[in-house]
Amino acid sequence: MSLDYENDREFHEQVIEDVLETYPEKTRKRRKKHLNVVSEGDSDCGVKSNIKSMPGVMTVRGCAYAGSKGVVWGPIKDMVHISHGPVGCGHYSWGQRRNYYTGETGINTFAAMQFTSDFQERDIVFGGDKKLRELIDEIETLFPLTKGVTIQSECPVGLIGDDIEAVAKDKGKALDKPVVPVRCEGFRGVSQSLGHHIANDTIRDWIFDREKPSDLEDPDAGFEPSPYDVVVIGDYNIGGDCWASRKILEEVGLRVIAQWTGDTSLAELERAPKAKLNLIHCYRSMNYISRHMEEKYGTPWMEFNFFGPSKIETSLRAIAENFDDTIKENVEKVIAKYRPLADEVIEKYRPRLEGKKVMLYVGGLRPRHMVSAYEDLGMEIVGAGYEFAHKDDYQRTMSHVKDGTLIFDDVTAYEMEKFIERIRPDLVGSGIKEKYPIQKMGVPFRQVHSWDYSGPYHAYDGFAIFAKDMDLAINNPVWGKFKAPWVEA
Amino acid sequence: MSALRQIAFYGKGGIGKSTTSQNTIAALAEMGQRVMIVGCDPKADSTRLILNAKAQQTVLQMAADAGSVEDLELEDVLRVGQGGVACVESGGPEPGVGCAGRGVITSINFLEENGAYEDQDYIVYDVLGDVVCGGFAMPIRENKAQEIYIVMSGEMMALYAANNISRGILKYATTGSVRLGGLICNSRQTDLEIELAEAMAAKLGTTLIHFVPRDNIVQHAELRRQTVIQYDPESKQANEYRTLAKNIHENKGNGVIPTPISMDELEEMLMEFGILKSDEEMIAELEAKEAAQKEALEVA
Repeated sequence: MSLDYENDREFHEQVIEDVLETYPEKTRKRRKKHLNVVSEGDSDCGVKSNIKSMPGVMTVRGCAYAGSKGVVWGPIKDMVHISHGPVGCGHYSWGQRRNYYTGETGINTFAAMQFTSDFQERDIVFGGDKKLRELIDEIETLFPLTKGVTIQSECPVGLIGDDIEAVAKDKGKALDKPVVPVRCEGFRGVSQSLGHHIANDTIRDWIFDREKPSDLEDPDAGFEPSPYDVVVIGDYNIGGDCWASRKILEEVGLRVIAQWTGDTSLAELERAPKAKLNLIHCYRSMNYISRHMEEKYGTPWMEFNFFGPSKIETSLRAIAENFDDTIKENVEKVIAKYRPLADEVIEKYRPRLEGKKVMLYVGGLRPRHMVSAYEDLGMEIVGAGYEFAHKDDYQRTMSHVKDGTLIFDDVTAYEMEKFIERIRPDLVGSGIKEKYPIQKMGVPFRQVHSWDYSGPYHAYDGFAIFAKDMDLAINNPVWGKFKAPWVEA
Repeated sequence: MSALRQIAFYGKGGIGKSTTSQNTIAALAEMGQRVMIVGCDPKADSTRLILNAKAQQTVLQMAADAGSVEDLELEDVLRVGQGGVACVESGGPEPGVGCAGRGVITSINFLEENGAYEDQDYIVYDVLGDVVCGGFAMPIRENKAQEIYIVMSGEMMALYAANNISRGILKYATTGSVRLGGLICNSRQTDLEIELAEAMAAKLGTTLIHFVPRDNIVQHAELRRQTVIQYDPESKQANEYRTLAKNIHENKGNGVIPTPISMDELEEMLMEFGILKSDEEMIAELEAKEAAQKEALEVA
């Protein structure tokens, strides 16, 4: 179902103008290019993206290390991911993402642990390669069941020119395991987006193209291909998202042979090229490797969206187009089976959420992907922005947003505050850095990076939780008590 | 006690910085000055002629062995050589690894914090060939060395380096008190060397402090890990270094903000002195060479 509404174009244009007014001329000129009001029929949102943030205004962007260690590599649970450099980056990225997994810590999962080379001054002066070798040996001694190691470079490693590739090659050979050097130094690129790309490239070069000793037994020798093999790519299993998605995919008769990279293992990384179809959820962070698999292994890929029943149904039918009638029939059965459940959720929550206005500011995917889930509940998206999207993301956004929607790229703290002050949305969905200031402004808020300690939000299971969480946030009685009792209402 | 003078020797790699500086220091010590050398080169060979041995213990190596630089005492790293000259080698990583520049920063900070500069008349920094990064510019930053002496010769690359170092000094001269003390020409016996050195000094707005002639006695002394002052104090060359030391001593307060020149200007000057050929000359030469080759082929 598609909700019919449009946003107040003139008002939004005025808001942009007023916000820009405060800036000095140079900043105004530059920031102007990142803010826009969309018009239906345009080919993209008409904002500049993926360029350096302006100094002097707050940005919530992360760095390349965050993109590689925190997003792409971090969730791979049976490998150890070394934060290579001074201790801070490792400590503050420890357990920061709610990518759920199963397993026994120290045996077949290491995601709860934090490994760092803890650079000291002497490691800077004399180089850290020796320490890195020792660290990899220690990991092998303490946790011999690790399936491999990745080296996540922090800034100093790139500055002093350590040869982590040489260490990786040596150790990889000595241990008969992949040891992956990732050049994701934080100063590279303008946001975490480059870190995703670098991480994708290292999967290609150090996992897919790894030379395995010929005498080594193929751990996947027993793999029997089926015509229904798919890989779910770009689902990090936040709050169990990927599990919820996987459940429906399996119910329609597909076999998920790997999920990248939430709750995943090295074997699943290695097995992915055997899939018949790659299904991408987060296009921004993993389109690179999907394109590579298409080129090298001929595996086609398609984007799908499991936020909210409307998109789930569209996506399932689109996925089925790639398979035989069995799958097509199953998809209809699954849709028919779950529609009453989804309708029940909508029936319960839509009256409480109808017409509520939402503003989203997230990473590189959700500001468009979640739109339809809100609309399924009768809610309207007034504004949407990305931290680190590229031009192709803003093109993809057009089919999701309504005429007159406010668009903001790499929004500054000041702009965000002013937009909320003026537009007064009923709900803002963004990250932990935005949460408390916005709640203090009296505006309901949900974290839509981490699902605010909740989730999953994907698929049918997730939709019910999503609807309940949005209701709890917006209709919480606390918002009615926002004015001090001695202030006239 | 007179005010502490901090000076630094810079110059192209291989120009004879360490040899010149140690001979000058030996002469300064002879004059009764209390001098300390701070070697800022990972090779750690800035104190070898004064100590009559290569310093095996460097600040950074000892710090790495002990855990961190905070675990060191000044006595651990300070050694006294000929003429009572105090010697410290900063040291650093082997070539191709780590960050030697950070090492220089670490060890200079350590020396300052631990009062190594008390009771000295001179602190002399001997710095690696090129100012490749911020670390090697440390001695000219933050009110450390006040005067920089550039060791050069009549060779083209040495002049390029002298000009480049002047650019580095200019950068820090505006934010601190560092000045160019002057040029020291360590003769390579090239054509018109002294004239060229003087012309270069004039271009940079400074003077030629001394022209040190070439003498094999320097090599003889060096093979024995000695300065000429120690090896043969009566020699003519020893007196050259004494003159250089005296000139530097008397040059106090005469440092200038250098006026480095553009590459074009430098090349023009080299052409004037016949060191660099003009494009026309080079083309004519090349054509003559090709013609000769062609002739030789035809004869064959």
